[in-house]
Amino acid sequence: MNSDQTPWIFRVLKGFVMFWWDFLVGDTPELFVATLVVVGFIALCRIVWQLNALALIALPVLCVAALGISLGRAQRANRK
Amino acid sequence: MIGTTVSSGVAVLVVAVFLTSCVEMVEALTIVLAVGHTRGWRSCFEGVAAALAALVVLVAFVGPALVRVPLATLHLVIGTILLIFGMQWLRKAILRSSGLKAKNDEDVRYQSTVAQLQSSDSAPRRDQVAFVVAFKGVFLEGLEVVIAVITLGTSAHRLGLAAMVAAIAVVLVAIVGAVVSKQLTKVPENAMKMGVGILLTSYGTFWAGEGLKIHWPGGDAGLPVLVAIYLVVAWLFIVAFRRSATVLETTS
Repeated sequence: MNSDQTPWIFRVLKGFVMFWWDFLVGDTPELFVATLVVVGFIALCRIVWQLNALALIALPVLCVAALGISLGRAQRANRK
Repeated sequence: MIGTTVSSGVAVLVVAVFLTSCVEMVEALTIVLAVGHTRGWRSCFEGVAAALAALVVLVAFVGPALVRVPLATLHLVIGTILLIFGMQWLRKAILRSSGLKAKNDEDVRYQSTVAQLQSSDSAPRRDQVAFVVAFKGVFLEGLEVVIAVITLGTSAHRLGLAAMVAAIAVVLVAIVGAVVSKQLTKVPENAMKMGVGILLTSYGTFWAGEGLKIHWPGGDAGLPVLVAIYLVVAWLFIVAFRRSATVLETTS
């Protein structure tokens, strides 16, 4: 079945999924995964372990670390 | 004190929405101008009008629906999306500022759109290619403006203000584009992207934290502190990457 024969609802759905995939994952899947891991860890700190101070400091620090990892990856790719 | 903290949050919101809208509008305008100059303006304007109508319908449906979502859930989901989106922009701006990525791609975007349009069939009276390219350009870039307005506006309970600021930015860039009538290569796009990246990452951190019941010292006053932290971090990354590039050039 070529793209012209695909029902319009599937084309719209595919376009919707592709837009969000490009928007959130794109060429930096590491940032997407790292953000989910960071938010999950902070949820554990704050909601399960009740550690507000640790969560408060860890959230921006881990985000900076995720950004650093992604930038390092880009730099290594650039050298190759 | 309360007045100061509320106004600092609003100021960050206004700057974030304005810069995001300007950057996306410059990108959309580049595509529209390439289509108009290459294939004529009639179908181009029809594509733009159709895209704007689709965006208005989207905002009319999604905006009121989001207001019904519980605030903590809204903050967590929107904060996480803004964190991902903001860090992507910040990463790109840092790579450009440190010379690891080409700085301005508006020329490339304009030329590639023109090449794509010129390779299509000659323009008939109702030009479907021009319509589709203009529609896609405005709709996709406009969708990012809509996401910024809805996420930032609903979380801060200032959807009206966010929409108004975005509209001002869009009109402003459109007027400048109409006056100069060519792609806006002189716009300091990377500096704006850096600003947007820092603001969206700060907002994302703040709201993801709020959604997870983190108590920020000083409430909304924590937001400008986060902006300052990410600004310093971005600057340190740029310095470090530039230095490492210089060392590599010297040793090779």
